[in-house]
Amino acid sequence: MNVTRLIIVAVGGQGNLLASKVLGEAARREGIAVRMSEIHGMAQRGGVVESALVFGPAESTVISDGEADILVSFEPLEALRALKKCNANTVVITNTKPLPPFTAAIGRGIYPDIETIRKRIGEKTARFIEVDATRLAAEAGNVLSVNMVLLGTLTATGLLPLSEENVKAAIADTTRREFLEINRKAFEMGRQSV
Amino acid sequence: MHKLLQDKPGEKMFLLGNEAIARGAVEAGVAFASTYPGTPSSEISFNLFRMARESELYFEYSTNEKVALEVAAAAANCGLRSMCIMKHVGVNVAADALMTLAYVGVKGGLVIISADDPYMFSSQNEQDNRYYGKLSGLPILEPSTIDEARRIIADAFDLSEDLGIPVIVRTTTRINHSTGAVEFGTRIPPKTAGTFEKDPFNLVTVPAVSRNLHVKLLEKIRRAEEISCDSRYNVIQGDGSLGIIANGVSATYVEDAIRDLKIQEKTRVLRIGFSHPMPAPLVRTFLSGCEKVLVVEEGEPYMEEAVKAIAQEAGFVNPIKGKADGLFSRLFEFDPAMVREKIASYFDIPYEVPDKPDLSDIPELPQRPPNLCPGCAHRAVFYEVNKATADMETIKPTDIGCYTLGFLPPLSAGDFLICMGSSTGTAGGFSKATSKKVISYIGDSTFFHSGIPGLVNAVFNNHDMTLVILDNRTTAMTGHQPHPGVDMKAYGMEGYNQISIESLVRGIGVGHVSVIKPYNVKKSMAALKEAIEYKGVSVVIAQQDCALQVKGTKKAAGRPFTVSDRCKDHRTCINELACPAFYLEDGRVKIDAALCTGCSVCAQVCPENAIVPLPRNG
Repeated sequence: MNVTRLIIVAVGGQGNLLASKVLGEAARREGIAVRMSEIHGMAQRGGVVESALVFGPAESTVISDGEADILVSFEPLEALRALKKCNANTVVITNTKPLPPFTAAIGRGIYPDIETIRKRIGEKTARFIEVDATRLAAEAGNVLSVNMVLLGTLTATGLLPLSEENVKAAIADTTRREFLEINRKAFEMGRQSV
Repeated sequence: MHKLLQDKPGEKMFLLGNEAIARGAVEAGVAFASTYPGTPSSEISFNLFRMARESELYFEYSTNEKVALEVAAAAANCGLRSMCIMKHVGVNVAADALMTLAYVGVKGGLVIISADDPYMFSSQNEQDNRYYGKLSGLPILEPSTIDEARRIIADAFDLSEDLGIPVIVRTTTRINHSTGAVEFGTRIPPKTAGTFEKDPFNLVTVPAVSRNLHVKLLEKIRRAEEISCDSRYNVIQGDGSLGIIANGVSATYVEDAIRDLKIQEKTRVLRIGFSHPMPAPLVRTFLSGCEKVLVVEEGEPYMEEAVKAIAQEAGFVNPIKGKADGLFSRLFEFDPAMVREKIASYFDIPYEVPDKPDLSDIPELPQRPPNLCPGCAHRAVFYEVNKATADMETIKPTDIGCYTLGFLPPLSAGDFLICMGSSTGTAGGFSKATSKKVISYIGDSTFFHSGIPGLVNAVFNNHDMTLVILDNRTTAMTGHQPHPGVDMKAYGMEGYNQISIESLVRGIGVGHVSVIKPYNVKKSMAALKEAIEYKGVSVVIAQQDCALQVKGTKKAAGRPFTVSDRCKDHRTCINELACPAFYLEDGRVKIDAALCTGCSVCAQVCPENAIVPLPRNG
């Protein structure tokens, strides 16, 4: 089998580490080798959190610039920032709800308009999938379920060597019981958004 | 039961590298562990801390790494398997103990974890601690994968007991913070009752004793080299003529590169996981079939230097390269594509570097630096000091912790930083060398760690400085570990004492001591002004629980605030406090109620009193 390289970027607190954990557990169920690395030193203090997941026969746990097969971003600006990880064959999935960094709020830097983000990512990668994951998560019952919406979208693309059943089972295994119904709903909404 | 305590040999789990190391310690029958927290090592000790509550393991957060190592050294000299965990720069703090402990040795195994941080994801330097092996004489083991990080711990304990000296296990961030499959091994039951046999002529390092001990240490290093040659962590793979020597995570990048470039037949790889002492006879064997050798190692040319020295003695004259222009750098961390490209170019392997996207038309993106949390009391203190010294020229040494983030504008609360505790020592130098007012910032945990000697020095030498101790009752930056000033009952633990920073500071003889509650802006500013005007050493202790730690608990500040229509858009709040709960909407300042902790500091600085508590049903 081939190696599949997935990068997930988010702003601290958006729950991407849980998303990685779900995918790791799904891969275990699937019987597929996976290694992950995280840069999360300041996750709780509003910095960028990046996870790399390498599925299949490889030893390394990090993904070099230009070598991600899939990029999932929890925030549109961070999708653009992570574009260096992509190549012409990369599929990019992003939540469309901006979370302007504080630097933009106090006038140190300008948040790029969504059209620029769409255009630049669209022309440099194979496919750009936009999901209003924050809205869908809120509709599912918890705005913090953005991670589950995006996992649904990611699973629906069929790009990962993971079955929908195993991802769902991994969600049930990994997430807190009181949120399970909402998480399932959020996952389903994300799945149907593609 | 803690998941890492399970007695289920063969069980496969996905673990963080640091969890794998903690599991390795459990399997090795560790009885005693000590640490001072530091990224990227912190999850190792945090898991041991939790496991100690439900097992026979003794675990402590020590005041600093030197004390942690001394505590563990004594336990190991009573025959207990002991572990001491720290980040790479922590080894500098512990180095005084480490160097002579190597002479004295241990009875029970002692494993020291040095978590190095290439690229400095969360450190002040990227020093390569393999040189501590050379400096102290102690063996160094380095895992390449997550499962190996588990397995290597038991082997390190065996090696330590075999040689009678501590063993350093050196990791890098990409081991500590990567996750992979781990297969549980069997657990050795820990021996928890130690005995100490007096032997002063081997254990009290007066010069006459140390002269004998150094002779013995050299003999142990010689034996360690023999063991290193047969170690399962030092292996030759393949029998081609293109030689590659690699360690740690670089070895996994090399393995991937060889497969991607399809050069399995042409290469031979020497993987070094037991890197001090280097296995000279094994290196000679490896070199003898190589036409060209590439050394792949992050950090310093540690192996490269050793291999070149071994080659010189063996009369091997073919090229050996590693750190060089166009090859590998001593800077930062490596990645798989970099290693693949360098291998291809050094060995003339046909390889087309894949196209990367042209990013020249991407606009400059606003940065997203980590920030002090909403409601963080450090922000309030920095604002108050800035206001209290608005008409003064100041120098503000800072220290290591969350509050270091305050050095960024608009708070600009930090002018100088070199290491843990340096705010207190450097303050004295600045005050003597210039005529400016020196105001130092240090956190509570860092103050206990290494700030106290600098403060004693300042009192003794009568420096003119104000030390602001940012007491948030926890070691926040590394994940809210306790420290000697913390009430351990809050962690649900009995049998500890709590040290009062105020009593300690008064006991030292500081001339002017005050305690402030930083959420009260006016009172705090008055107290700060008085302390800063004092000639000599003054200390201000700013007490407020960490907002992140108390979030969602009864100790949280209160109701969120909102900007009312009295706002005249001065923007003092957003421009001078810069709390992340503020945002701009249609050119007006708003407060994100989900982020606001209700600390009320912004309400106190607003010139129009326009920031008010959100109505209960609003």
